[in-house]
Amino acid sequence: MDTAQIMGLVTGILFGFLLQKGRVLRFEKQVGAMLLKDMTILKFMLSAIIVGMVGVALLSDAGVIALSHKPMNVGAILVGGALFGAGWAVMGFCPGTSVGALGEGRWHAAFGIAGMIAGAALYAELYPLMKATVLSWADLGKIGLPETLGVSPWVVIIVFIAVALGLFRWFESRGL
Amino acid sequence: MVFLNRHARRPAAQGFGSQSFQEGTRMQSNRNDGGWSPYLAGALVGVLAILSAYATTVWLGKTTYLGASTTFVRGAGIIEKQVVPERVEANEYFTKEKVKVDWQFMLVLGIFAGAFIAASTDKSFKLEGVPPVWKERFGPSVGKRAAAAFLGGIVAMFGARMADGCPSGHGLSGMMQLSVSAFVALAMFFGVGIVVAAMVYGRRK
Repeated sequence: MDTAQIMGLVTGILFGFLLQKGRVLRFEKQVGAMLLKDMTILKFMLSAIIVGMVGVALLSDAGVIALSHKPMNVGAILVGGALFGAGWAVMGFCPGTSVGALGEGRWHAAFGIAGMIAGAALYAELYPLMKATVLSWADLGKIGLPETLGVSPWVVIIVFIAVALGLFRWFESRGL
Repeated sequence: MVFLNRHARRPAAQGFGSQSFQEGTRMQSNRNDGGWSPYLAGALVGVLAILSAYATTVWLGKTTYLGASTTFVRGAGIIEKQVVPERVEANEYFTKEKVKVDWQFMLVLGIFAGAFIAASTDKSFKLEGVPPVWKERFGPSVGKRAAAAFLGGIVAMFGARMADGCPSGHGLSGMMQLSVSAFVALAMFFGVGIVVAAMVYGRRK
């Protein structure tokens, strides 16, 4: 294994460990969030995001790390995001959690993983068609929210954290 | 910290429509199952994401963020290569995403290993062919669950590749960087997920 592979493996083991400890790998947690009955995965994701966004902003302000926005390709994000949401609800796992679910013994995740490999192969086959249609509608490029709004990243971060903390309070008060 | 304490004291969620759902959740939110507060585990993932972005910049020369779905493309490419190598060679998308076992591929394998380690050390490892919530709604058939998961997987991954990310790449990494695409993608993931989940699991028996 080269350095990149070893680093990926170590990071993945820690990531998988934390996903499992947070109990977010489970079908009932994923579907529970979509049924608005169990907000465990939202608590987990928002906590990761608010900690991560502060660190990423500090390191990129200091010029240590580079940001790498994914393009805001309107058709791709809207149509692709909708398809993902629909498939996610039925499968009950997202790509990262499916592998972790298999690791904690939920072997039905393997069918979802097989489906996702097939879906990736299908996408590769249809890529030229996608490029000529959905992907070419309107690409706004690799944009960040602060530049788009014309504000400092810290304004966005502070507002985001305030909203997340408000949501946490609400989840806890409702026993979600 | 207040959330951690509140969470620990909080009794099981109320108002669940389905009995097995309620049971399942009560069981899993029980602090004795060895699980951690999702706030704590999530915050530690945030720390891991920062350290990983830093470490990949220093040692690999390129800031790399957590993600998972591109690995399924590479996995598909590796499998197809065994059967029809020339087809993979000629495919524009496989050429673009590069069919190789890279950092993210190992990350995804690591998730499997890390989850196995965590589950087997706190006795939460459980062989499960049909999730209880699914069983309540659609019965105990593994075939039915398998077919739905397979079809759902195809649609989800097709969408994730089109959107260029999943709840890891957009949901965690994109949000941390305040990418516009991440905010919109995550809204679509959950928005449509909520509607479809209500249609699929919502009806009461």
